[in-house]
Amino acid sequence: MEPIRSFRSRLVPLPNENVDTDQITPARFLKTTEKTGLGKVLFYDWRYDSEGKPKPEFTLNQPDAAGASVLLAGNNFGCGSSREHSPWALVDFGFRAVISTAFADIFRSNCLKNGLLPIVVPAAVHRELFLGRERDPRLEVGVDLARQRLELPEGRSVTFPIDGFSKKCLLEGLDELGYLVSFGEKISAFEAAREP
Amino acid sequence: MPQTLFEKIWNRHVVASEPDCPSVLYIDLHLIHEVTSPQAFAGLRARGLRVRRPDRTVATLDHIIPTRDQLSPLADPLAARLVDQTERNCREFGVRLHGIGSPHQGIVHVIGPELGLTQPGMTIVCGDSHTATHGAMGALAFGIGTSEVEHVLATQCLLQRRPGTLEVRIEGRLQPGVSAKDIILAVIARLGVDGGTGRTIEYRGMAVRALGMEQRMTVCNMSIEAGARAGMVAPDDTTFQYLAGRPFAPSGASWDAALAEWRALASDDGAEFDRSLELDASSLEPMITYGTNPGMGFPISACVPDPDSIDDASRRRALARSLEDMGLAPNQPLLGHPVDVVFIGSCTNSRLSDLRDAASVLRGRKVHPKLRVLVVPGSRAVKEAAEAEGLDRVFREAGAEWREPGCSMCIAMNGDELAPGQYCVSTSNRNFEGRQGKGGRTFLASPLTAAASAIEGTVADVRRLV
Repeated sequence: MEPIRSFRSRLVPLPNENVDTDQITPARFLKTTEKTGLGKVLFYDWRYDSEGKPKPEFTLNQPDAAGASVLLAGNNFGCGSSREHSPWALVDFGFRAVISTAFADIFRSNCLKNGLLPIVVPAAVHRELFLGRERDPRLEVGVDLARQRLELPEGRSVTFPIDGFSKKCLLEGLDELGYLVSFGEKISAFEAAREP
Repeated sequence: MPQTLFEKIWNRHVVASEPDCPSVLYIDLHLIHEVTSPQAFAGLRARGLRVRRPDRTVATLDHIIPTRDQLSPLADPLAARLVDQTERNCREFGVRLHGIGSPHQGIVHVIGPELGLTQPGMTIVCGDSHTATHGAMGALAFGIGTSEVEHVLATQCLLQRRPGTLEVRIEGRLQPGVSAKDIILAVIARLGVDGGTGRTIEYRGMAVRALGMEQRMTVCNMSIEAGARAGMVAPDDTTFQYLAGRPFAPSGASWDAALAEWRALASDDGAEFDRSLELDASSLEPMITYGTNPGMGFPISACVPDPDSIDDASRRRALARSLEDMGLAPNQPLLGHPVDVVFIGSCTNSRLSDLRDAASVLRGRKVHPKLRVLVVPGSRAVKEAAEAEGLDRVFREAGAEWREPGCSMCIAMNGDELAPGQYCVSTSNRNFEGRQGKGGRTFLASPLTAAASAIEGTVADVRRLV
């Protein structure tokens, strides 16, 4: 997993609320046995027409989306299916953070395991970011995970919540499995006590 | 201190808990299917790890296998590769696979309880968001991602933060024509698709106690559609009667010991929940969804809401977009709306009692000639039991297709799908845009409502037929 360092990025706005993982990665693309290569099917049915041509009005197809690594998403992003293909596709496309007012539990957990930072902001900041992005498509934010700061325009910033364990994993590019495996003896003792 | 059912199970499964870190939670049963596991097995291979407890791991094929003919080679090369990969993974790592041709093959959330693998007090996970189904047996069961599938394969544990609790208390008695599916659609309509986020729901009250095991599974199954981590029902005599004698259930002296333990699982008097919601079952009508998430549901006699009546701009846009996608106008009734397909199946509603419900309406009647009706049993065992009591004949004689077990048109990645623009009354769990096939439109409802709609050729109120 790539460590997350502080970075600045333009925003790709997607104001729809309750975006489900079926939209992020439609089920027919889940037949892959790889974690990579899903960026090309990200938001497929919103992004391409029935002939497979990009829909110019869709946010990912707009010129300002090129090179941006922060998705500015509507309320309650990532609900529905547990498919980890959704964060895999977002990361493969080039996203490193998603901003919303709330994330669905499984999606959020999946993001944290793939170096994709879910940033929860208050509703007022969320609204302001959408308005700001509408006025200025080149609007940038700064993401400083170590200080848990989202840097807004005009030198202002807002703190975002993240638990210490996930933060450490993301900053250092650590895999949670390594930590879990270190409990091997305790797990054996737990099993021995329950299954004499 | 009085504890909830959830707290009792959680506390008994914490292996370790370090400050500022998530708990290491032991998993009793890990269920696996072909779509969310290949990358996890590849991860094990890359790290040189084994499956720690193959005896606590059970796999099936359900999402991508066709339901028309399962014994011929798969027509879709990608699906064939996924099946092949799953078979190889299970062989190499010593995991039991109920694959093609197995008498136990079926939808992962149908076969777990059916085989008696799912038991009260257990922690159960699966790389599938509908894992909460198993909570109906008084287990703590929840969906996980593929990285976590790998974690459980390697360590039989998961890193988890303790979720909050939500009590959904349902009192009163259901009216004829109203069933478990209507209860859960009403709960989700009340909570919204994020009302349960970060919480585990315990369904309680007289109306829940009155439900059979399979109906409780229908209720718990859709907990994720309210955003909840899990859904559960305290085990009682209904649970124990269901479980007794199943292949993997304890027997003899170990049954008696287990029973004593299970009886103590119910939430203690005075146990506190972080949040509570109450619902009166006796006032419920059959429910149906009109929009593109499961929270957009209402009583079947209601009219489509008007976006202009919503103050919040984001929600107004969301509703307008949903109605556009569904091809519905504000204030129009849904009753009488034309339907092209009826789908009876999925991990929500494909068990024997669901099929009996549908058959009770279809018996001696004919499916509307312009309709296609798919009845897809949840498992091989359900299929055989249904055929033994002649339900397959009822469906076929009515003009419905009787299929092989699988997820079928709930996920539309196996050949069963809607054509663009088609309307489907579906007993599945998700009405997301394109969920049942690109451009398809889904009305979620109960097996009774689905069967009534199959006869009328439109969205129909089953209470007029029974």
